[in-house]
Amino acid sequence: MTDYSSVIPAKAGIQGRRALEGRPLDPRFREGDDVEPLDKEQALPATRVRGYWQSVFYRLGHDPVTLVFGAIVLLIVLAAVFASLLAPFDPYKESIVGRLKPFGWRNHPLGTDELGRDMLSRLLYGGRVSLLMGVVPVMIASLVGGMLGVLAGFVGGRTNTAIMRTMDVFYAFPSVLLAVAIAGAMGGGMANGMLALTLVFIPPMCRVAETATTQVRALDFIEAARASGARTMTIIRYHVLGNVLGPVFIYASSLVSVAILLAAGLSFLGLGVRPPVPDWGLMLSTLRQSIYVVPLVCALPGLAIFMTSICCNLVSDGLRAAMDVRM
Amino acid sequence: MIRYALRRILYAIPIAFGVSVVCFALVYIAPGDPLQTVLPPDATAETIAIVKHAYGFDKPLPMQFLIWLGRVVTGDFGVSIATRRPVILEVADALANTALLAMFAVPIAFGIGYAMGAVAGSFAGRWIDRVVTGAAVVGVSLPNYWLGIVLVIVFAVEYMLLPATGMGPNGSTGFNLLQWSNARFLVLPVITLSMIPIGILARTTRAAVAELRNQDFVQTLRAKGLSEWAVTRHVLKNAMPQVMAVMGLQFGYLLGGSILVETVFTWPGSGFLLSKAIINRDVPVLQGTILTLSLVFVAANLIVDLLQSLIDPRIRRA
Repeated sequence: MTDYSSVIPAKAGIQGRRALEGRPLDPRFREGDDVEPLDKEQALPATRVRGYWQSVFYRLGHDPVTLVFGAIVLLIVLAAVFASLLAPFDPYKESIVGRLKPFGWRNHPLGTDELGRDMLSRLLYGGRVSLLMGVVPVMIASLVGGMLGVLAGFVGGRTNTAIMRTMDVFYAFPSVLLAVAIAGAMGGGMANGMLALTLVFIPPMCRVAETATTQVRALDFIEAARASGARTMTIIRYHVLGNVLGPVFIYASSLVSVAILLAAGLSFLGLGVRPPVPDWGLMLSTLRQSIYVVPLVCALPGLAIFMTSICCNLVSDGLRAAMDVRM
Repeated sequence: MIRYALRRILYAIPIAFGVSVVCFALVYIAPGDPLQTVLPPDATAETIAIVKHAYGFDKPLPMQFLIWLGRVVTGDFGVSIATRRPVILEVADALANTALLAMFAVPIAFGIGYAMGAVAGSFAGRWIDRVVTGAAVVGVSLPNYWLGIVLVIVFAVEYMLLPATGMGPNGSTGFNLLQWSNARFLVLPVITLSMIPIGILARTTRAAVAELRNQDFVQTLRAKGLSEWAVTRHVLKNAMPQVMAVMGLQFGYLLGGSILVETVFTWPGSGFLLSKAIINRDVPVLQGTILTLSLVFVAANLIVDLLQSLIDPRIRRA
């Protein structure tokens, strides 16, 4: 199904040799890479061969789109982290006279919300919750799902069947529905929302890890490692994880944008953080009633969600291309 | 083919069973007593015991599950706490309204997404590919609930061309597709719903087409002297099974995952029903809706798998 052979050769050895003999076979080099053509007469040691990570960073450095959007993601994260320094107002400070004011009203560059709170400050603080709810579930799910997947893939047999068939059941729910159902049943709140998202992301994460592990396990160099007396843990640590972490990492990075969308969606439905805590999804939902008064201000929280999500998506795409992981 | 179909159908049964276990368990992960909403706060221990017995909550969990499952199989999902109507009727009405949206969103998403992906994949690496791929990323990253609000702001608030919410003057029962005064209520929700599937399908199709174009058989076709158009037709045909699989998943998502969009447009579909059930803590409706939607999703996946194997014999042998 999915071909992970492209991430293997760095460890495989056999194909590493091929890199010296004929370029096209080595997936670390692709068309457009800055590699000197190999002269038949030339002695082998004279050719430049980059290590896997070297070539990854080389490709990233030559990918302006990913760099620019990566910088934007970094800015968004920094803005959220240093919200207390950047915010011009207290995000909880209400004002009866200053409700729903347009951009630039009395030092409020982005206007005020339905309780007269400063929008810019709330957007900055809101990034904290939104990013946290997007990133933490993905991290936990990659850890748990990844471990389950490696276990299922490496042990195989009944363990594999038991783990993967259980995952299939959770696959049978549309992800939004499952997240809403779990968060809804547990009664909302930030912790419950994060737990719901984690549970939603574990099955796909597990499946990615399992597929990669099963494919690596069948390769000759695992057999060779075993024959040379390597312990199971050593094989898993060096050979399996070395080849599984790439796909898992890339898949996790692609889930971050989904998680941010879903987390904001849960808050939008009232299943995430509770008011008055600023959160993009919740702000969007409470401002929805005011679209007739200040339409532009009401669109802002959603714009923040959209920008973050698209930047994360593009960075993830760039990383995937640079790391040459195919799924 | 029949053997594959039977195997695939048999495989769906344990999945459906697992799904029902999860739906049943949802009530028990809820904090607090599920009877809280039924009982008065000053109920005596005796009353509590009687009610518990009446609802079967005094039996061991596995027994409760089997009783519940037995009722569910016969179509009895219980009665809504909020409206006192049988859950099955509530869910059926809502699902019909959601299906109405999906009926339009699916062909639109499939048509546009597939066309975009085909163009991008055929011109991989050229400027048109960049434009289409960029548009597809926008589609995938859009919070569709926000898009819905923006569309309402533009088309309903600013220009007043289309209605903002609801299903029109006759409500959900008297909805008449053929009358523009009714059908115009569909426009914004359908556009909003189809955005994400368009992005996903465009990306899938692009990847499939770009990869197929590098395969040997394409070179053979060119060597045979086929025109570029004929070659493209071959490639597009071969990309179909993969795209269809994704389309099937998206169809399921449209049925089950439209909760956010339906909430934005207060469209009385299954997602809206679910969010109402959550707000009212209406457990039977919550359970019934989730179970029905996930079973529909399982069925959709099953149908896609079978269709795929009809088109592509390699899948049957695997």
